[in-house]
Amino acid sequence: MTNTTDPSGDVRLTGIAKTYGSFTAVHPLDLTVPQGSFFALLGASGCGKTTTLRMIAGLEEPSAGTVFLGDQDVTALPPYKRPVNTVFQSYALFPHLDIFENVAFGLRRRGLKSVKKQVEEMLELVQLGEQARKKPHQLSGGQQQRVAVARALINHPKVLLLDEPLGALDLKLRRQMQLELKRIQTEVGITFIHVTHDQEEAMTMADTVAVMNGGRVEQLGTPADLYENPRTTFVANFLGTSNFIEAEVDSKSGEDIVLKAGGGKLVLPEARCSAPTSTGGKVLVGVRPEKISLTHADDAGEIPEGRNRITGRIADSSFIGVSTQYVVDSPVCPDFEVYAQNIDRDPRLVPGAEVVLHWNPAHTFGLDAAQDADAGVEEAA
Amino acid sequence: MSTLTEAPPPLAPGAPESKPPKRRGRFTPYWLLLPGILWLVVFFALPMIYQASTSVQTGSLETGYKVTWHFATYWDALSAYWPQFVRSVLYAGTATILCLLLGYPLAYLIAFRAGRWRNLIMILVIAPFFTSFLIRTLAWKTILADGGPLVGALNSLHVLDVTSWLGLTAGDRVLATPLAVICGLTYNFLPFMILPLYTSLERIDGRLHEAAGDLYARPWTTFRKVTFPLSMPGVVSGTLLTFIPATGDYVNADLLGSTDTRMVGNVIQTQFLRVLDYPTAAALSFILMAAILLMVTFYIRRSGTEDLV
Amino acid sequence: MPFVNWLKRHLVVIAGLVTLAYLLLPNIIVTVFSFNKPKGRFNYEWQQFSLDAWKDPCGVSDLCGSLSVSLQIAFWATLGATLLGTLIAFALVRYRFRARGAVNSLIFLPMAMPEVVMAASLLTLFLNMGAQLGFWTILIAHIMFCLSFVVTAVKARVMSMDPKLEEAARDLYAGPFQTFVRVTLPIAAPGIAAGALLAFALSFDDFIITNFNAGSTVTFPMFVWGSAQRGTPVQINVIGTAMFIVAVLFVLISVVIGNRRNRQKA
Repeated sequence: MTNTTDPSGDVRLTGIAKTYGSFTAVHPLDLTVPQGSFFALLGASGCGKTTTLRMIAGLEEPSAGTVFLGDQDVTALPPYKRPVNTVFQSYALFPHLDIFENVAFGLRRRGLKSVKKQVEEMLELVQLGEQARKKPHQLSGGQQQRVAVARALINHPKVLLLDEPLGALDLKLRRQMQLELKRIQTEVGITFIHVTHDQEEAMTMADTVAVMNGGRVEQLGTPADLYENPRTTFVANFLGTSNFIEAEVDSKSGEDIVLKAGGGKLVLPEARCSAPTSTGGKVLVGVRPEKISLTHADDAGEIPEGRNRITGRIADSSFIGVSTQYVVDSPVCPDFEVYAQNIDRDPRLVPGAEVVLHWNPAHTFGLDAAQDADAGVEEAA
Repeated sequence: MSTLTEAPPPLAPGAPESKPPKRRGRFTPYWLLLPGILWLVVFFALPMIYQASTSVQTGSLETGYKVTWHFATYWDALSAYWPQFVRSVLYAGTATILCLLLGYPLAYLIAFRAGRWRNLIMILVIAPFFTSFLIRTLAWKTILADGGPLVGALNSLHVLDVTSWLGLTAGDRVLATPLAVICGLTYNFLPFMILPLYTSLERIDGRLHEAAGDLYARPWTTFRKVTFPLSMPGVVSGTLLTFIPATGDYVNADLLGSTDTRMVGNVIQTQFLRVLDYPTAAALSFILMAAILLMVTFYIRRSGTEDLV
Repeated sequence: MPFVNWLKRHLVVIAGLVTLAYLLLPNIIVTVFSFNKPKGRFNYEWQQFSLDAWKDPCGVSDLCGSLSVSLQIAFWATLGATLLGTLIAFALVRYRFRARGAVNSLIFLPMAMPEVVMAASLLTLFLNMGAQLGFWTILIAHIMFCLSFVVTAVKARVMSMDPKLEEAARDLYAGPFQTFVRVTLPIAAPGIAAGALLAFALSFDDFIITNFNAGSTVTFPMFVWGSAQRGTPVQINVIGTAMFIVAVLFVLISVVIGNRRNRQKA
């Protein structure tokens, strides 16, 4: 099981950076991944996450900075001397070797003579004992993926790096393999660093997620923390969907900030605001679509006190089974998204209906208004 | 997606300039290239220079040759042997067109219509390569023999009258006429046309034919508007692979032709190996090289497939 | 008119088969005439069936000697061209370096040059250097013109190879040498083999360049050339037929093996 007191499996990056000519793939970066954790680097393609991973593996030389494994500085070590193994995107299984020899490759290169028992055990762990003498191209995508994991894990690396390991699988298999990988990680207790562009995958599997954008880490935290309390519009948009309202700081009352937006007022807990909050300053107020309730304008009086509220007109609605997604046209935001659970559907909520949107102020978050409210929208799509 | 495979975006304003990282083994590629490239430089490029120099030398075998910048050799060679040059281009050009006309249906057959016979036909196209081409060329002497069944048939069908009128044959003979040489050239270089044609036809998605049919194209229109344009890379490389060696060939003209069918290759060979007039031979060879490079460059430009090479 | 319709539909097939017949006709003649018993010195007219030549393929002086010279030259030329060509192919695919364009042209030009030009210019070099023409000059010439074809064949294979495989090997504790021997070389092997086979065939069958640079050495194609002047023994048809049969068998066996592998895959 996970041994949190032994720091030899910590990965520490200090000031690590990578430039190609005049292009900076990774800006100087400090990152510590504690021993035994499942860590995800999440971002769109080209954000520097794979480069960061390859620098840890030794496949890419950093332009600056150091890589520590535990207390050892491995920056200058070639990949074959690092106690780190990688599960490659599209697996990179050796096509000329059978499954057994693929898995045994690392052991043999380190001079082990009798590898049979270890390889067989490892193949059992990934449920491929029957396939040992087949060639990689004779296996299905999911099986190949498990061989790639087995081939890396058999070496008992201090850190296992996974580069978009599930990208080539179909949705259903991907879900299954996510749980499988999580199970294996808990079982072997090795540090996993997982690179992905799929926010759901990162949130399902990882304890800690670092969201990367443009060669920088935008925010680092637990999946729930990143989702509930994003600190940049990129994170807010890349992980799920967010609605933004431009507002002005009006006053403070206790631990809350009161903001003016359009004609109305909104309340935002100060702790959930990452922007400066001097009176008169601009703040982007954010709220997730599923936190919002929709009430027909005729019933506005029934909405409890103390909730943030906005008026608008339903522009569009689409029924998607578990929920109904509405787009509401409101004076403060032209396309407010609202996801309503299909529990008691109000037949009056059809396009054209006047509605009131309301939500608990505790679900509001505040961001610096100087950023692009749409950052990360396209990348997440 | 690996961040490596994507083109780096344009430099963001204010991004720090930094030196490219030091690469281990910076000289490795040069070591790998050295022996092979040296071989080509010494035994391919250098000989070209020697040949150019020989072509402007004067002297004789007994007294030795000296560079005297005697460019008149080129003029003399051209004025003496221009018929052979013209003949080479005509024969090679005709053979190339015949190769295209004959090779295209076979390449098309292998690519789209052969089904389970595909491998067998492929083998039959390649296998003759393994019998020395000289032996196979000699076999044409038997096939085209005077009074043989083929010539007899052509004669009674009055085909030979037409070819005689065109100047391709003489009387009721085929052997030792231009027709025999062209027939031999076509035969010898046909596989060089079929293989690239097949490669480019095979890449065409069969559904394109269905799509064209679905969009009201008749089979012939489908071929003209879809298949043939898509096979252009194969047509271009096939014609080059046929035309270039056919122009320089002297084996077919020698074995199947007569003194009236001598091509420039025959002249170069005779001058070099029998007459031992090295300056003239070198000048002829140099002219042939220059002519072919010019024609090929022009052809590639015109056909718009420069990425071919 | 069902016949015209049938003809229309199968026109391509018929035309293709006619071409195939045109390609194979000389081989059939070569085979048939290997059983001939000609009257004069030339084997161009059918006389009567005989197995004499098949019983004694080396019965003509110098024939098997020239065959052996050709095989030796083809062997060494294949070895040399494959080695040098593979190194160049790896450099071209795997590294960035200056003068890439010049190197590419130097590889391409020998393939775009009429053989007689290369033959003549190489001879001027040898004459100027005062080199003794013979086995070694033939070998040098053959390595030169086979090289480009090997580079092309190997390059295609190495280019289609996933560089991640080598990264995976390095990640799994294989040093540079081990990576090359255990992963790179085995995966590039089919391309190298194809290049080598092509080099062997080109070298073995070359006549024009050899004719210029052979001096008094006689290779098999030169023997055939000479016999076209002096008289063609039936034995050259025997050798030609045997080569054809061996080649077809070789290819058939590899196709059968390939099919069996594919069936295993399914």
